[in-house]
Amino acid sequence: MKRVVVGHSSEVTERRSRIVHVDGVEIAIFKLTGGKLRAIENLCPHKNGKLSEGIVCDHHVFCPLHDWKINLNDGLVQEPDEGCVRTYSVEVEEATGNIILLVEQGSSLAS
Amino acid sequence: MKKKLVLIGNGMAGVWAVEQLLKLAPNQYEVTVFGSEPHPNYNRILLSSVLAGDAKIDDIVINDWNWYKENGVTLHAGHTVTKIDTERKSVSTASGITAEYDDLIIATGSLPFMLPLPGADKEGVIAFRDINDCNTMIETAKNYKKAIVIGGGLLGLEAARGLLNLNMDVSVVHIFKDLMERQLDQTASQMLRKELEKQGMNFLLEKNTDSILGKKRVTGVKFKDGSVVDADLVVMAVGIKPNVQLAKDSGLEVNRGIVVNDYLETSIPHVYSVGECAEHRGIAYGLVAPLYEQGNELAKRLAGVPSAGYQGSVVSTKLKVSGVDVFSAGQFTDAEDTASVRVQDDFEGVYKKVVIKDGKVIGAVLFGDTSDGSRLFKMIREGEDVTGKEKQILLGEGSGGGAKSGVDYVASMADSEIVCGCNGVSKGTILNAISEKGCTSVNEIKACTKASGSCGGCKPLVADLLALALGADGVQTVKEGICGCTEHSRDEVVEAIRSMRLTSSKEVMNVLEWKTEEGCSKCRPALNYYLGMAWPEEHEEERESRFVNERNHANIQKDGTYSVVPRIYGGVTSPAELKRIAEVAEKFDVPMVKFTGGQRLDLLGVKKEDLPKMWAELDMPSGYAYGKALRTVKTCVGSTFCRFGTQDSIQMGIDLEKRFERLNTPAKVKLAVSGCPRNCAESTIKDFGVIAIDGGWELYVGGNGGVKVRASELLCKVKTEEEVQEWAGAFLQYYREAAKWNERTSEWVSRVGLESIKEALASEEERKALNERIDKTLSLTTDPWKEIIEKDELRATFEELQAPALETVAD
Ligand SMILES: Cc1cc2nc3c(=O)[nH]c(=O)nc-3n(C[C@H](O)[C@H](O)[C@H](O)COP(=O)(O)OP(=O)(O)OC[C@H]3O[C@@H](n4cnc5c(N)ncnc54)[C@H](O)[C@@H]3O)c2cc1C
Ligand code: SF4
Ligand code: SF4
Ligand code: FES
Repeated sequence: MKRVVVGHSSEVTERRSRIVHVDGVEIAIFKLTGGKLRAIENLCPHKNGKLSEGIVCDHHVFCPLHDWKINLNDGLVQEPDEGCVRTYSVEVEEATGNIILLVEQGSSLAS
Repeated sequence: MKKKLVLIGNGMAGVWAVEQLLKLAPNQYEVTVFGSEPHPNYNRILLSSVLAGDAKIDDIVINDWNWYKENGVTLHAGHTVTKIDTERKSVSTASGITAEYDDLIIATGSLPFMLPLPGADKEGVIAFRDINDCNTMIETAKNYKKAIVIGGGLLGLEAARGLLNLNMDVSVVHIFKDLMERQLDQTASQMLRKELEKQGMNFLLEKNTDSILGKKRVTGVKFKDGSVVDADLVVMAVGIKPNVQLAKDSGLEVNRGIVVNDYLETSIPHVYSVGECAEHRGIAYGLVAPLYEQGNELAKRLAGVPSAGYQGSVVSTKLKVSGVDVFSAGQFTDAEDTASVRVQDDFEGVYKKVVIKDGKVIGAVLFGDTSDGSRLFKMIREGEDVTGKEKQILLGEGSGGGAKSGVDYVASMADSEIVCGCNGVSKGTILNAISEKGCTSVNEIKACTKASGSCGGCKPLVADLLALALGADGVQTVKEGICGCTEHSRDEVVEAIRSMRLTSSKEVMNVLEWKTEEGCSKCRPALNYYLGMAWPEEHEEERESRFVNERNHANIQKDGTYSVVPRIYGGVTSPAELKRIAEVAEKFDVPMVKFTGGQRLDLLGVKKEDLPKMWAELDMPSGYAYGKALRTVKTCVGSTFCRFGTQDSIQMGIDLEKRFERLNTPAKVKLAVSGCPRNCAESTIKDFGVIAIDGGWELYVGGNGGVKVRASELLCKVKTEEEVQEWAGAFLQYYREAAKWNERTSEWVSRVGLESIKEALASEEERKALNERIDKTLSLTTDPWKEIIEKDELRATFEELQAPALETVAD
């Protein structure tokens, strides 16, 4: 497991997101109401919509292209649609406020 | 030991028969089903919905894989039976499966009829019959643009509508002058054509196809008259033919279809047939309702339940194309010995015709309003004598008493009568759902029984059944809120915002007890709008509740890039401005520069991170081409140059655009100003249109040139430019305050009626007050592009975070 510093918590607004490329994968980092972060691959399983641009409601995001609803906790697409988005562990380092993204060692991300 | 039943054809008719049989005699047979398609039994009727994007394959499955398991039915999906041995009573497939039977049902359906034209075997030439065809069309639409549908009947039109939804250019080729000539008379057919043309369909009528052009893939279609039309996809929907080869090879008596008697028995003992492949009393049916009746009779026969047998069916048809209501049944053309009652209303687009012979209703055609369909259909089937009350059939009580109410009508239906044809749900099943399962609303019945779940045509009947069973008071009309998060309507929400002085979405959701924590993608933007409309000063814009386009102030494209449209007041620009736009486009490598329909320039394919830089260099205000806001004010040249012009339409347009730019509205708003009644700026299909006349101006409202074309209606005539401004401001503000979020003026004006709007704007005082409120709101707006350029924290949201050189910390 690698811990990658991708920014500072203050750089993401609540119920908004920022994107970052890590090992060639575009990841969207969301801040939920209350400050918790969630990270998912920025690619809607429907037609590749940029989930980072969706409306965030509690721990869900609505894809901006065709309104699929995705659970940010587990990446699962909600009924009546089906599918799943890759999720990543992300946290805020208490001492510094840095956003730390946890990524699998090596190949899985680059694949 | 159980007897063995084999069904060939895993389709609608065959499986229905088996399902009924299992209900009547659950333990009599061990059932084996063979089906060529690799799917469980699905609702073929709804393929049009799949094509139109309203349903997915899973939604249209009638019996899912589990159903077969739970009922002990062995299913060989994807296996085609190639041989029936009626002596040894067995069937076998090419893949090597053999099954013995005591009784056999052949339900192989139909094959689409493919015109034997030269070139018909090219890639891109298909039929419309199964899931496979549907998928081909959906895939083709992704890469190709032009589609031709051959055949202007029911199936062809449904295919054409689906392809339109997939954004293809669609032309329908029909050999006759009238569409659906088998189901409609000329009047209805012409009304239908007009309506479909409005929806964007092209028609090539009285055209005979000669050949299909192209090398490997189709590129065009050639007609007998020598003309040629380009095509990337050709869908043949000219008819079906019963699929009888297997039966023929097995020695069964076959005409057009497999010949069966009233008990669905073929010429060979223990072999039965139902569905489109069967021919009963000379007729092979092509609609589901009669096939289900056949299935019911066959089930009784196999279960040993005595019955009078199948007596043939009168059929009715409906076109399942959105926005078009068409119904026909029986014999609806006029003849020497018939008389008819007709109602035609060109304003509402309604046409009804009932044909009567010897005092009995024998046929009917309905266009635009099909609510009488079920009632008329019943009269036709039952041969009720209507002598002396012919007129009441269509005109109802007013013309002399007698027409039955909906509740009386459903009361008179037999329990076994089918209410929902799409899903084969009978009156008895629905009444059962009400009494046993406690359903009290149409929605609950839909969830319980599927009735009204498909085309929705039977909703009124289901509602009447509820009223019959529970009395009018027992029926729950479920209140539909603005979205699934609340039961409160738009008016209740706005009223609460105003009376309780709510100024944030969070407050609204708390006070009105939203069912979700933070709403959804529908209510969040709506609340943000209502709050801003009610409290322009107090409400703090909630950017995170805005749809992406209004948050990033550019229009998101399917690949995640954006388009940029700067404001060009009244469509008037200058060489210097054009040069600057050109330079910016070059500097940022904009892949496409295009004139919009609203007289301005669109720079397409811009990367998100480039947006603020581009705006800075353009140094022009945002054109709001992305928002629920004032878009453009289109103008003609008017008296400045035009020899017909009576007023300065350009200046009027520029003034209006400068005044109302940046205005947030429930849905997008487009204006236009024409310099004379020749109306070159198309003012009559705009939300607010101005047309100059000699010595004054005409003001039109509620027009639309988009999805549902609607000509605007005359609001009033005024004399001076100030009055134009006064009425424009009053109208727009009243719309802002009264309409639902996402409701265009065209929908709003149709819903509330022009009269109510005229009334609301009648007094000068009221108009003044409305203008004050709109000017207040406008005074608080600023150019969003400028704001983003200037504020670091806003600009930052357009940039990506940087992951520094992978700083690895050992775990
Ligand atoms: C797009 C579309 C829209 C329609 N809309 C309507 C409508 O609005 N209203 C209406 O009433 N009707 C409509 N119809 C017609 C309706 O779908 C048919 O009447 C009905 O499906 C016929 O049922 P069936 O069981 O006879 O045939 P099918 O449903 O076609 O079933 C026959 C099945 O048998 C299989 N089969 C054939 N030969 C073999 C073999 N040798 N071995 C194994 N399997 C075999 C076939 O693959 C097929 O799956 C529509 C049809 C289409 C295509
Ligand atoms: S009444 Fe039922 S069937 Fe008729 S068509 Fe309907 S939903 Fe479909
Ligand atoms: S609408 Fe009248 S004034 Fe305007 S360009 Fe056309 S003809 Fe000329
Ligand atoms: S791309 Fe996400 S919903 Fe279609």
